[in-house]
Amino acid sequence: MSVLFVAPMEAVEEALLEEIKESLRHCFGIEVRRHAALGAPEYAWDGARRQSSAPLILRRLLAEWEGGGEGTTKLLAVTSRDLYIPMLSFVYGQAQLGGQVAVVSTARLRCEFYALPPDDELLRTRACKEALHETGHLFGLVHCPDARCVMALATGIRQLDLKQPLLCAGCAALAAEGRGEARERR
Amino acid sequence: MKTQWQILVVDDEEVMRESLAAWLAEDGYGTDTAASGREAIDRARRKDYAIYFIDLKMPGGIDGIETMMEIRRLHADAPVIIITAYATVDTAITAMKEGAQDYIVKPCNPEEISLLVNRIIKVKNLQRENTILRKKLSRQYHFDDIVSKNARMQEICALASDIASLRSTVLIEGESGTGKEIIARAIHHCGDRAGRPFVAVSCAALAETLLESELFGHEKGAFTGAGAQKKGKFEMADGGTLFLDEIGDISQKLQVDLLRVLQEKTFYRVGGSDEVRVDVRVIAATKVDLRQAVQEGRFRDDLYYRLNVIEIHVPPLRERREDIPLLAEHFLERLGPELRKEMTGISEGAMRLLMDYSWPGNVRELENSVERAMVTCRGHVLTEDDFAFLARAGNGPSWTPPDATLDEMEKLMIEAALERKSGNVKEAAIALGIDRSTLYEKIKRYEIRR
Repeated sequence: MSVLFVAPMEAVEEALLEEIKESLRHCFGIEVRRHAALGAPEYAWDGARRQSSAPLILRRLLAEWEGGGEGTTKLLAVTSRDLYIPMLSFVYGQAQLGGQVAVVSTARLRCEFYALPPDDELLRTRACKEALHETGHLFGLVHCPDARCVMALATGIRQLDLKQPLLCAGCAALAAEGRGEARERR
Repeated sequence: MKTQWQILVVDDEEVMRESLAAWLAEDGYGTDTAASGREAIDRARRKDYAIYFIDLKMPGGIDGIETMMEIRRLHADAPVIIITAYATVDTAITAMKEGAQDYIVKPCNPEEISLLVNRIIKVKNLQRENTILRKKLSRQYHFDDIVSKNARMQEICALASDIASLRSTVLIEGESGTGKEIIARAIHHCGDRAGRPFVAVSCAALAETLLESELFGHEKGAFTGAGAQKKGKFEMADGGTLFLDEIGDISQKLQVDLLRVLQEKTFYRVGGSDEVRVDVRVIAATKVDLRQAVQEGRFRDDLYYRLNVIEIHVPPLRERREDIPLLAEHFLERLGPELRKEMTGISEGAMRLLMDYSWPGNVRELENSVERAMVTCRGHVLTEDDFAFLARAGNGPSWTPPDATLDEMEKLMIEAALERKSGNVKEAAIALGIDRSTLYEKIKRYEIRR
């Protein structure tokens, strides 16, 4: 059975990490464990963009991840840094499709990012959705056409808020089978 | 289901191309990457991708625009998206002029790239669907698929194939259900009009005024209910073929209008004053003897000769009985998947029954009969029992003139029943489903000799 480790990169709220851990366990039915902080991803910092490179973080995590001493394990890193990939202005997170490591950013999940008052509950809900989404990719799931499924592509915060923190029946079945074929939609 | 659409990402920066490919893979696309223009061209030679993302500035002698041009030489319709970090109006204009589908300035909003990809894939899906449907249509209506080993039918196919690319009008004669429309469609799909519309109109199905508006269209307010301008079948078939079925049923006025279109290639919409010019090949069909209709003054001779440039007479099924087993097996095979029935064949007894039947409804009746038998069949082989309905219908004469009256038909049926029952009136009455006394009465009325 797969074990998924959830690890903060730098200081991330404890309650947030615990809620992510619980939602992952509940949604995927897998064993989820906490992992010690991995360290701030200074190596991925791009001064010009004032963002951190998600591909560089994944590359480093993959190189350094030893599987937490377990057999089949996956790692979900959580960072408060704003992430990007070179082609895009930002990403909420990135994962190796069907791979071992993924990273989620909380930067754009906070209401403060949009000049709104802080809302811890909303932040936790959004973080759980994003963690579920990237973990789904780790299990090989691709984007789902159902806008309410957590595997739907969110290119903005409204789309993220529209999603439910759940897998649709189709994605749940694929995740349960431990495979992630492309959904029949294109 | 496996990933269908493949996308090629071309960029000299590894992080750039790999991260975009990974992002697209999360969306369910298959992705390949190339680090240079040359590598991209090499990949495009081996595979045609649904979308090509190509970075504008690449070292190594061949830049993004050149790479795109080379790829478009290999695949003329390849959708290329140029990626540029140096957005200038000039590069955008050059990229679009040389055939790029679009260009994006990096870094771009995730929504922008997602919309762009979805738009291209949507078109790709439609194009593929269209190609599949066209192939299906052309296969369905190809001469090779007209099932017959009858010499006359083979001559017809050869003639129809020869005339497929001509513009000449064709008149197809034959009884109902002989496949006149299939031959017309095959002529269309095998000729140089194949990519254009094939429009079929049954002239018998509509009243004169409706047919006029159906064929030539109408202007807004031409008659009560004409709320908007409407194109007629002639306009809809522009560049293609118009199939006029049951041409013998059109009125004298429409005959004049039709003659005018055939001669002038122009017409007026109902209620209109502007001449409409079309390029349409007309294939007409009739089940009545048009030559006789001309002699009797019911059909204009000038229109007849205009339509009858090439004449095809399709024989009825009873005159090509050798085709019955072939056709029955063909329908069995074709209808199996549609009806979700796994049939292995037709029994000898059932085939004898099919061979003996008169098929007044011709190939269409045979097709319907096979379908009906398949629906009720419980095994994998069609037997005589599955065709029992034909035996009941087959109480009639083996051949019925197409223009027979009801009384003549009844007389023929009674004669046939008496012949089958060796003149035994009681048994013939049972077979016909009438009282013996009624049968005696009819025998007397029709002066039937026993």
